[in-house]
Amino acid sequence: MGTSKMLEINGLSCGYGKRVVLQGVSFAIKRGEFVGIIGPNGSGKTTLLRAITGLLRPFEGTISLEGRETQETARRELAQKVAVVTQLPEATPSFSVEEFVLLGRVPHWGRFQLLETHKDVEKAERAMALTGIAYARDCTMGELSGGEQQLAFVARALAQEPRLLLLDEPTAHLDIGHQGQIMALLRQLNREQSLTIVAVLHDLALASLYCQRLILLHQGRLRKIGPPRRVLTKEVIEEVYQTTVRIVKVPGKGGPFILPLAGKSS
Amino acid sequence: MGPHSKSLWWGWILSLAVLLVIVCLFALGVGAVHIPLQKVLVLLTRGRGTPEYTILFAVRLPRILLGLAVGGGLAIAGVVLQGMFRNPLVEPYTLGISGGAALGVALNMVAGGPTGLGLFSLPVSGFLGALGIISVVYLLGTRGGAVKLSRLLLIGVMVSFIASALIMLTMAMTKVEDLQGIIFWIMGSLQEPSASLIGAILCISISGLIVALVFSVHLNALSLGEEEAFHLGVRVERLKKILFLLAAFITGCCVSVTGIIGFVGLVVPHTIRLLVGGDHRIVIPTSYLAGAIFLILCDTLARVVMAPMELPVGVITGLVGGGLFIYILSRKGASF
Repeated sequence: MGTSKMLEINGLSCGYGKRVVLQGVSFAIKRGEFVGIIGPNGSGKTTLLRAITGLLRPFEGTISLEGRETQETARRELAQKVAVVTQLPEATPSFSVEEFVLLGRVPHWGRFQLLETHKDVEKAERAMALTGIAYARDCTMGELSGGEQQLAFVARALAQEPRLLLLDEPTAHLDIGHQGQIMALLRQLNREQSLTIVAVLHDLALASLYCQRLILLHQGRLRKIGPPRRVLTKEVIEEVYQTTVRIVKVPGKGGPFILPLAGKSS
Repeated sequence: MGPHSKSLWWGWILSLAVLLVIVCLFALGVGAVHIPLQKVLVLLTRGRGTPEYTILFAVRLPRILLGLAVGGGLAIAGVVLQGMFRNPLVEPYTLGISGGAALGVALNMVAGGPTGLGLFSLPVSGFLGALGIISVVYLLGTRGGAVKLSRLLLIGVMVSFIASALIMLTMAMTKVEDLQGIIFWIMGSLQEPSASLIGAILCISISGLIVALVFSVHLNALSLGEEEAFHLGVRVERLKKILFLLAAFITGCCVSVTGIIGFVGLVVPHTIRLLVGGDHRIVIPTSYLAGAIFLILCDTLARVVMAPMELPVGVITGLVGGGLFIYILSRKGASF
């Protein structure tokens, strides 16, 4: 069944207008991996995600999904394979949760299809059940809390039945309880549905706890890639984030965890 | 959604359609000459040749059909633009389309216009004016083949102001006799002597409804934001172009025939959204029906309130629409 590579990026340079944000980024992600993208503000994390989804065209280099270049894949076909959970939008959509989740089925619809089929409703039901948001299906999105909205966004992405799930800071603005809930859900999906997940994360502790591999970006370049224990070292983190840190290990919980200490690194 | 709310959808469509028929029959009956409902029904089947038959078919029915086409058309143009811009205050006239049409008509009246066109002279000049403005807004609102929505909106508003200024200028230079004609045209009226023009507008408006329905699912996606729609597989640039041109074309056609009838494109979609929710698959058809009902009712009011004198329908839609909307908003305690 072809390659086991889900995503392969080769020599990617990318940016906005004439401004280059990412330069010479190359890596590959296998099927069933759970990968975190980390790095300081402005290091190009969201830009990398936008390049993968096709929203930004690469200046140079190629991005292939299951061995096929994304630039040569039709929009709709790509949306059948890749679902994206962006950061929560400022304006909440005026749909009910169920209507919102059903929108995830749209990439699979025919050209003139106006109404969802029973199959679509079932898939949306399952996505809502998996994310535990089914109880709120008749609420409007505006009535949900931030954590519930994030779950609804994940549910919509799951209804899309993607093979690759991309998330941009899925835990931003959430309390630690909801952060853990979202990350545990992602890990469950990753293990039980063998869904490939790539998430931009700001929180290094969550990244370390849940991701199998981390991609560390620094000033638009790939600084380091590998399992958390190899990427989250004192030297690398202090250099990239320009701050003093201590590495903490919690017995039985893995890690390493980064503890920020006040002040700039010397 | 699910089967439960789908039957609710059909319920809304059906009840609005029934209401539309009732309003049409009512509008046929009332006026300077009152014709009771039973008689209307009798006349409809076998009244050929009687004076009432002429009033019904030559005077009132054309107005009702035009009201249906224009009311429905403006309402869905409003729905499409509000969904696309994700801005509840955008309406068909925000983008300068009406200003362009009014400018075309004003210039025609001052300059004497293309006389060979007879009845069609004003609508044609109005349509050309609207078309000119649409092209300007569209060209300035796109950059490198991509429609920039916020830019498009700003340019539309500015072009609209420029058009108003030019209309004032035209009016300042107009002979007093011609002035009233311009003012009356600007205030809007469903009085239209050409049956073929009414037929054309009806066809355009119903085709517009069908096109809008075809794109209603994608409009749902677009109303989440351009990036979200993109991730759901929508070809966003193409969709924005189609939707803008659709709304602009419907509005341009309506305005060039009836003049400026405000508030329909703003009030009707809002009221409908409060009733049926935000899904464009139901908002579009119900807004079309409600827009038709609203405009036909307003036009009937315009005819009878100070009969035999006739009020400009644009005044009625503004007063009734604005008032009704504020009432609904304050009662529902809506969230905006």
